[in-house]
Amino acid sequence: MTKQVHLAAHFPGVNNTTVWSDPASGSQIEFSSFVHFAQTAERGKFDFLFLAEGLRLREQNGAIYDLDVVGRPDTFTVLAALGAVTDRLGLTGTINSTFNEPFEVARQFASLDHLTAGRAAWNVVTSWDAFTGENFRRGGFLPQDQRYERARTFLQTTWELFDSWRGDEIAADQESGVFLRDPHPGAFAHSDAHFDIAGQFPVPRSPQGRPVVFQAGDSEEGREFAASSADAIFSRHGTKEAGQAFYRDVKGRLGRYGRTPDQLLILPAATFVVGDTDAEAAELAHEIRRQQVSGQTALRFIEQVWNRDLSAYDPDGPLPDVDPLVGETHVAQGRAQVRMYRDPLATARQWRELAAEKGYSIRELMTEVQSRQSFVGSPQTVAAEIDDLVQSDASDGFILVPHLVPGGLDPFVDRVVPLLQERGVFRADYEGTTLREHLGLAPLP
Amino acid sequence: MPDPRPTGHLHLAVALDGAGWHPAAWREPDARPAELSTAGYWADLVREAEAGLLDLVTIEDSFALQSDDRFRPDDRTDRVRGRLDAVLVAARVAPLTRNIGLVPTAVVTHTEPFHLSKAIATLDFVSGGRAGVRVQVSLAQHEARLVGRREFPELTRVDRDDPAVQQVLRDAFDEAADWVEVVRRLWDSWEDDAEIRDVATGRFVDLDKLHYIDFQGRSFSVKGPSITPRPPQGQPPVAALAHQRIPYELVASSADLGFATPRDAGDARAILAEVRQAQAAAGRADEQVHVFGDVVVFLDDDPAAARARRERLDERAGVEYRSDALVFAGTPAELADLLQEWAGAGLTGFRLRPGALPHDLRAITRGLVPELQRRGVFRTAYEASTLRGLLGLPRPASRYARDAVVA
Ligand SMILES: Cc1cc2nc3c(=O)[nH]c(=O)nc-3n(C[C@H](O)[C@H](O)[C@H](O)COP(=O)(O)O)c2cc1C
Repeated sequence: MTKQVHLAAHFPGVNNTTVWSDPASGSQIEFSSFVHFAQTAERGKFDFLFLAEGLRLREQNGAIYDLDVVGRPDTFTVLAALGAVTDRLGLTGTINSTFNEPFEVARQFASLDHLTAGRAAWNVVTSWDAFTGENFRRGGFLPQDQRYERARTFLQTTWELFDSWRGDEIAADQESGVFLRDPHPGAFAHSDAHFDIAGQFPVPRSPQGRPVVFQAGDSEEGREFAASSADAIFSRHGTKEAGQAFYRDVKGRLGRYGRTPDQLLILPAATFVVGDTDAEAAELAHEIRRQQVSGQTALRFIEQVWNRDLSAYDPDGPLPDVDPLVGETHVAQGRAQVRMYRDPLATARQWRELAAEKGYSIRELMTEVQSRQSFVGSPQTVAAEIDDLVQSDASDGFILVPHLVPGGLDPFVDRVVPLLQERGVFRADYEGTTLREHLGLAPLP
Repeated sequence: MPDPRPTGHLHLAVALDGAGWHPAAWREPDARPAELSTAGYWADLVREAEAGLLDLVTIEDSFALQSDDRFRPDDRTDRVRGRLDAVLVAARVAPLTRNIGLVPTAVVTHTEPFHLSKAIATLDFVSGGRAGVRVQVSLAQHEARLVGRREFPELTRVDRDDPAVQQVLRDAFDEAADWVEVVRRLWDSWEDDAEIRDVATGRFVDLDKLHYIDFQGRSFSVKGPSITPRPPQGQPPVAALAHQRIPYELVASSADLGFATPRDAGDARAILAEVRQAQAAAGRADEQVHVFGDVVVFLDDDPAAARARRERLDERAGVEYRSDALVFAGTPAELADLLQEWAGAGLTGFRLRPGALPHDLRAITRGLVPELQRRGVFRTAYEASTLRGLLGLPRPASRYARDAVVA
């Protein structure tokens, strides 16, 4: 059977994918940028818009990292405002389970789901570092190995809060004067090692019952967490082989939790460059990679693997002759990606081999390994590749990350979406009103 | 600080809560009790307030489900119960309005100042400079249990003569002052021109214009800077409702706008004296701090109709409606008389709490406002597009800007 492609739009964020130096690059914070981006995604009948989040400005070598975009809005607030300028588009916010409390998060997501008539989703992330904790009452006490335990009980607790209203409590019968059918709506009591709370939840049951749940961790615990609890995964495995392996792995875990493969969507992040021809797109893609990886950026990147200050090196020269430092502290703080390099010594070895083989400088190597776009080509090529990856179970669709704010999504919506529609693998219009419906997820009981 | 309004002009705010402030308001024929959790309901109310050229709306909130008893849940089934997060309601209506200030309530006792600072900054961005925040402490034990982060003693009422109760109050308000300090420092932690996009050096921001706030307080410490750039107003106005000395001190030390509940003009004068004295003690004598009078209003063109409506509502509720604020039932012209008399005592504006929605909101926008305009004491068009502008508050430079003193 032909699978339908799911498409989402990631508002370009605080990393080097976002090219801020381009003359076409607009504000990263003015609401008008978010409106343009969201309305473009809705014009393209996308499933949802996605916002990432980091709760402390990133630092490297002890200073705030200033080479990428810095600054972003509050997730809940900007999503609620976007609810006013869109009708159908799902609105997914990344919200951390370490630096929040279940009651607050549940109250905000239930409110957002009401205010958007059933379009809210929560990407549960588990960053736990003490560095970020310095901005919060609780500080940064959580040991790394407890973050998923906290995330699991956090999510479980919010579910108890969302489900504390069944949905039939409010009678609002003006004649009889009965507002509530139940004198104790929203009653809950939850006690475990992390949370000990009780009382009445103040938000009536929302249109979707609960927000759709995303998970974005990649570790063994992260995958297990997703298999047990998430509706969708935001993954970084967008190529065919890596995508298929991840897809098989995670969908294979569902049975253990009594779940079926259609209950968890796999949606990798994907970048794209569309041109009139494949050749033009390839040229454009090369140009964009040069913008994304300046000499300075290349040095900062390689520092993240070498874990030492390499500012004295020439980015147009050879790779450092010293080896990476492996230790507890890290030159880069506030970046989830750093943990991507689980074995820095092995990565350094591979990169040296690649650089030697191709004669790469630091900048050339980093441009190659860091910034390969997922889809590069004519609209026909890009549409065909996306369709192929979805049909071959490398994913269920993609979360597209354009490189420009606010107009980066426009070429995809204008030129690729119609081709996917022609192929019969992408909706011509929204059929449902809630995000759960867009994603083809069964309604909650 | 000079107020640019013509002398004698009043500021007007409306306090939105559920179906109105009277517990039987939801049973009125024009009420929409089944829609209280929808965006459309709130959008219609705020648009109506904006059509009346009001300065701002406040949106009530609390973590606990509504209860007739402040300090414990009740099991009533004949009152409105259930509500949405006020900041998100404000954000949802912001793009649908253009001039009116949006002032949601934030419960400071149980929230992270870091989260709320960026939330209000973002409300300021999405509204083009119309955000404010009304801070509210929470003293109820059952409210603390919802969050589970701290234990509270059980209180039954705020007894002014009980030293133990006063200590709980003192601690909670001291923490609220710290909370506001952190929120304000975070708003200033990015100077206005921190974003430079310097292509030549590859730098997006000027690191000299981003600041750690390094706040150390009794119950929390916060490093900063904010993850959200400085909001359009620089410092969105901070408001607080106050009924006695300790909260008056919070208004005086930390707020731009206080809501007070005088019973008459003499009372208003006494409250103002206390706030101004506390303001001087806090070293803010030169700063403009508005004090608005809160009044619950039932308005009809015929005074007897207003009183009869209030009585009918009381009858339906089974009890006479009482409030911390004065309850007024009468005509818009009578209310205008009262407001002018109180303004003479030094209040710069009023926060009206509509007894029933939408009836009493419409009576404000379509009855009271034209009456005040006829008397030459209310604007006939919006003169500013930011909340600070409407309140006559200058836009401050960041406290961290090197040339802040000169600016
Ligand atoms: C594609 C992707 C996107 C992510 N986005 C965020 C984010 O926006 N904010 C955040 O705090 N963490 C983010 N993370 C981090 C994860 O939630 C998680 O904390 C991190 O990957 C460590 O968990 P792990 O060891 O299971 O991978 C992201 C991870 C992935 C793979």
